[in-house]
Amino acid sequence: MPVLFAFAAIIAIVATVLAISRSNVVHALLYLIVSLLATAVAIYALGAAYLAALEVIIYAGAIIVLFVFVTMMLNLGDAVQRQERAWQPGRGWIGPGVLAALLLGEFIWMVAEGGLGSQVHRIAPKAVGMLLMGKYVVGVELASMLLLAGIVAAYHLGYGLLPKQKAQQPTSETTEVGTK
Amino acid sequence: MISMGLLFAGVLFVLGVAGLLARRNLLMILVSIEIMLNAAGVAFIAAGALWNQADGQVMFLFILATAAAEVAVGLALVLQLNHLHHTVDADAVRQMKD
Repeated sequence: MPVLFAFAAIIAIVATVLAISRSNVVHALLYLIVSLLATAVAIYALGAAYLAALEVIIYAGAIIVLFVFVTMMLNLGDAVQRQERAWQPGRGWIGPGVLAALLLGEFIWMVAEGGLGSQVHRIAPKAVGMLLMGKYVVGVELASMLLLAGIVAAYHLGYGLLPKQKAQQPTSETTEVGTK
Repeated sequence: MISMGLLFAGVLFVLGVAGLLARRNLLMILVSIEIMLNAAGVAFIAAGALWNQADGQVMFLFILATAAAEVAVGLALVLQLNHLHHTVDADAVRQMKD
């Protein structure tokens, strides 16, 4: 369904342009979430429903949440404090909100039309799973080793940081998180 | 349709490159790398749809795992940089070259 794909692709591109041009990291992450959701719709239109779900769960879910956590943990000092004070509640939401509303409208239209047509080859998750655990099983093992290396490296790099940061300002940090 | 998919992936990748080159904030650099990895995954899916093969989707899963590992290590490095220099400016670690 080319219209579905083109619409989602345009939203994703516009959201990505806005994401890489924001000065505030949190605003950029909001736009990036919209961009990834739109990319998931585009992937669905390309006939890969399973990967569209994974795009939402892992990219928009896990990875961006990691970014948001780190951005909150960094609590970037005076410059960000000034930004926070200048930040009026609601204004940063207008752009992502409009784009997300367009995506929602597309979704409603798609459901009303009865899903995808027959123009694209739909590849079922079963075929992906069979291939993944058959021909590419070595790749799966390598990916698991890579993830383990990532865990070990993140733990090693972040090890000495946490107690000191807690010791600095435990109360102000918790209130900061609470207000956000 | 498929060529549109490849075009879409190309545009996303170029946007990621532009962000990577334009921004000096390490968090935004990592975001741009995510955009580029995602674009590569979309290109794999479009190619897989073209040939009606599931291999492209398998490659997307591998890219997903790579992106997750990369972002974990990258964000840990950002935390380490912020701990040492109290900034997320990529130019703050220029002295590593000498």
